[in-house]
Amino acid sequence: MPTETSYRKIINDGLWGNNAGLVQLLGLCPLLAVTTTTINGLGLGLATTLTLIISNLMVSSIRNIITKEIRIPVFVLIIACTVTGIELAMNAWFHELFLVLGIFIPLIVTNCAIIGRAESFASRNSLLPSLLDAISMGAGFTLILMLLGGMREIFGFGTLFIQSDLMFGQGAEWMTITLVENYRGFLLAILPPGAFIGLGLIIAAKNRIDQRVVKARAERDAATALQTA
Amino acid sequence: MDSKSKELLRVALRGAGVLAIFAFLGTALVAVTYEETKEQIAENERLAVLKLLTQLVPTSGYDNNLLEDQITVPADELLGTSKPTPAYLAKSNGVTHTVLLTPTSDEGYNGTINLLVAINSDGSLAGVRVVGHSETPGLGDLIDIKKSDWILSFNGHSLDSLTKKQWQVKKDGGIFDQFTGATITPRAIVKATHKSLRYFKEHKTALLERGADGHAD
Repeated sequence: MPTETSYRKIINDGLWGNNAGLVQLLGLCPLLAVTTTTINGLGLGLATTLTLIISNLMVSSIRNIITKEIRIPVFVLIIACTVTGIELAMNAWFHELFLVLGIFIPLIVTNCAIIGRAESFASRNSLLPSLLDAISMGAGFTLILMLLGGMREIFGFGTLFIQSDLMFGQGAEWMTITLVENYRGFLLAILPPGAFIGLGLIIAAKNRIDQRVVKARAERDAATALQTA
Repeated sequence: MDSKSKELLRVALRGAGVLAIFAFLGTALVAVTYEETKEQIAENERLAVLKLLTQLVPTSGYDNNLLEDQITVPADELLGTSKPTPAYLAKSNGVTHTVLLTPTSDEGYNGTINLLVAINSDGSLAGVRVVGHSETPGLGDLIDIKKSDWILSFNGHSLDSLTKKQWQVKKDGGIFDQFTGATITPRAIVKATHKSLRYFKEHKTALLERGADGHAD
């Protein structure tokens, strides 16, 4: 039975330590392709999280039935069927949202982060940890998508949360913040190079923070060692 | 057959069996979802088309069912089409007063641009909308009503209100704005709109009376 610390580790891994977008660098295709705005990032993030939750739960519940040799084809089948089901259901019952996210949903099948979690986590753990893993990994991925989308949107369009009405319905236009009036736009940020440069900067910032933390911890340990001596 | 290849065969057959079960379950799940959502999706798509059409023809401006009074227009060079496309007729008291054509242009910067062009029976434009495109974000996509009002500059114009030379972007001596850094996209839209008006002029009687050229359904 997993202990509380291991639950904490699952959450920490998903959000920071083993983040799908920043550390594992999985799912770069959708990550780089759709993050032109914050809302696009949020939309893809939510759809990916939902797929992760369903696929992790299904893989975890059949993990004892499936033999090692055929696990990958079975995972692929589960993920492909889940994504198709989500796409159809959204098209029928959340049509407005589908019109915004529709093009991203098939991209989720190509997101290796999902099969990565199925293979390295859900196929080895029981339902509850697998669910938690899916939620943390999904949340971590969503945060990076929104951060990168936000950066590109600010530099590219001079706004934040543009087109939020597409996501939250009519009446959500108030969320859009225009940071620079009559901003002419900076095309590079919107085009693919902007995605690579932006992601590179975010990874660099994360590594910097990690280094600082390690250094600070080492200094603190040295200080306590000195004190006890 | 020695015992080793027998064992291999057994493992392979067992794996194939499990895989087949999952393939069956997965396909069944998708099939059921598809069956359950089919009608709702078709209805949503109908409503989406209707919503687009009513942007150009206000609901108060017609009394027929736009989606039912849909005709098929054969492929035509002036519409930039290579296969039959739908056209919609807005009527009041049984008389067609606006025709909505669905031309395309492949003269944009990237891929094809799908348009919806509404022409009143007197030959003037009720409006133009870009239905689908993949032009450069931030530059060419200003043709989209969500991004800028540029597309509204066509409203009310006709073949008579402007000369052939005026039916161009300003850079080419016409009256329509181009965008800074993007001339190709607006040029393509102006050209496609102008050609749609010419198409309407040539086929006016047929379009207004029933369908198009007798090829219509």
